[in-house]
Amino acid sequence: MAGHVDGNALAGPLSELFAFDPTTASARCASCGDTAVLARAMVYEKPHSFIVRCSACDAVLMVVLQKGDATEIDLGGLAWLRTLG
Amino acid sequence: MAVISRGFGSRRRESDDSLPPGQYLTKDFPVLSAGPTPRIDTADWEFSITNETGVVSRWNWEQLHALPIEDIDTDIHCVTRWSKLGTNWRGVSLDTLFKDVDTVYEHTMAHCYGGYTTNIPLADLLDGKAWIAFDFDGEDLDPEHGGPARLLVPHLYFWKSAKWIKGLQMLPQDQPGFWEQNGYNMYGDPWQEQRYW
Amino acid sequence: MTATVASVHPETASARSLTIDVPGWRGNIAGQHVDVRLTAEDGYQAVRSYSLASSGPGATLQLAVDRLPDGEVSPYLVDDVLPGDQLEIRGPLGGWFVWEPSLAGSVQLIAGGSGIVPLMAMIRSRAASASTSPFRLLYSVRNPDDVFFRAELETPTPGLEVTWAYTRATPTGWPRPTGRVTGDDLSAHCFPASENPAVFVCGPTGFVEAVANALVLLGHDPARVKTERFGGA
Repeated sequence: MAGHVDGNALAGPLSELFAFDPTTASARCASCGDTAVLARAMVYEKPHSFIVRCSACDAVLMVVLQKGDATEIDLGGLAWLRTLG
Repeated sequence: MAVISRGFGSRRRESDDSLPPGQYLTKDFPVLSAGPTPRIDTADWEFSITNETGVVSRWNWEQLHALPIEDIDTDIHCVTRWSKLGTNWRGVSLDTLFKDVDTVYEHTMAHCYGGYTTNIPLADLLDGKAWIAFDFDGEDLDPEHGGPARLLVPHLYFWKSAKWIKGLQMLPQDQPGFWEQNGYNMYGDPWQEQRYW
Repeated sequence: MTATVASVHPETASARSLTIDVPGWRGNIAGQHVDVRLTAEDGYQAVRSYSLASSGPGATLQLAVDRLPDGEVSPYLVDDVLPGDQLEIRGPLGGWFVWEPSLAGSVQLIAGGSGIVPLMAMIRSRAASASTSPFRLLYSVRNPDDVFFRAELETPTPGLEVTWAYTRATPTGWPRPTGRVTGDDLSAHCFPASENPAVFVCGPTGFVEAVANALVLLGHDPARVKTERFGGA
C-alpha cells in the first residue's frame, strides 16, 4: 500500500475533463523542465484525490480532486501538456 | 442513479461502538503516502515553533529527549476509514514545548520535512491533547510512519498528526495546509465525520 | 456503464477472475483498464482500477482480482460477488500501456503476481490475431499455487515462450532457486536490448521498480520499457 502507481492510473479520473486520453500526452514539469509522457509520472492515490509527481524531481505536477461527481485539477506544477503526434 | 452492489460495505459495518462513524478496525498500521518517504537523520533533525514576532524556539534531537517524555495510550482514526485502538506512543507534550512560547495567535500551521503542511487550531494542541511522538509500540518510529518524529493529535483524523514534523508556525487566522487545499476538511473531527470539504 | 457479473472462476487461493457483461461496451485494446465503482446500500462508494485480461470488440470482459489483506474492494470482488450482481464500470481506460496486433517487433512481458492480468490480455490478443510478433513472458510468483491462467500459460501458443520465476517455493526439482527476479534472470530469459523489444512490466511497485531499473542497466532504451504499478487496497 505504500508507494505510488504510474500515471496510467489517471486515465479514468481525467476522462471526465479531457476529450482525449491525457495519459498519452507529454507533460513538462514546471520545476525541473523534465518532459515525459504523463503515464510515466508517479501517482499517489489518496481518497478523493491523486497527487501526481514528476518522476525526475518529485515535484507535484498536478492534483486531481474528485468532489462528488465533479472533478477538479490543479495544474500548477505543469509548464505544459501536449498531445503526441 | 448509482447501481447498488449487493452486499458491498457489509464488512465495513462490522464495527463496534467505540469507533467513530464510518470507521472499521484494523490490527495493521496501513501506510498512506502522497510522495516519497523523507529520510531524516536524527543528527540533522530539528523541531521549532515560530511566533508572530519571528521568535523561533528550537529543539534538536537531544534537547527534545531531555524534556519530560510521556507514555500515550490512544485510539487513532484515519480518514481512509481504518481505526486502530489502544496504540502506544512515547513523546513530548506540546504543553511542554509551548511553555515558553509567547503568542496571542490561535492558529498554527504544521510544516514537515518533505514539504507537507497541515493546519491545526492551537487549542487542539494544548491541554494534554497533542505530542511530538518518536516511539511507537516500544520501537523507534519508522520513516514510513513519520519517523523520526511526527505530530500526534489523536482526537482529529490522522492526517492532522503530521508525519516528519519539522515545525509549527503561529498564524493569526486559519489557513488551509497541503491536505486541506487538496480536499480535506479544515478541522477533521472523526466523530463528526469531517473527512472532505 | 452497468456491468452484470456473468461468472466467477477461482484463479488461486486469494484471487479469482470475473466475467462481466457490459451492454454498450465499445471494445478495448489489450492492456487497458477499467475503473470499477461499488456503491453500498447506505450510499458509500469506492472506486478502484482493474486491468482487463480480455480485449477485442466483444461486450463480455474478464477481470482478475487478487485479494489485498486490508482491502475494501478486492475482498468483495474475490469473496462476495456472485453471478447476477451488478457493478458500475468506466472505460476502457489508458492508451499507453497497450499492445495492438498491428505493431511489429518482439515483445517482452514481465509480470509479478497479479501483474499478469494486462499482459494476459496482450498474449490473448496476439493469439487471436494473425500477429507473428515473437513474445516472451517472464512470470514471477511467490509459489506454484499463485499462478493465474495456469492452463493457458502451461500450453502457450507457438511464438510465445514462458519462463517462471518463484520467489518463495518452487515445484520439486525446479532448477532455479527461489528469489526475486534479478538482472541475471532478465539477461538469461528476456529478449536482449540489441533486439529493441517493446517491454511491458506490471506488478507491485517494488517489483516494477527493480525490474525496470535492471532492464535499463542491461541497455534497454527507457522509452521502450513501459510500466504499470499496482497500488493497494
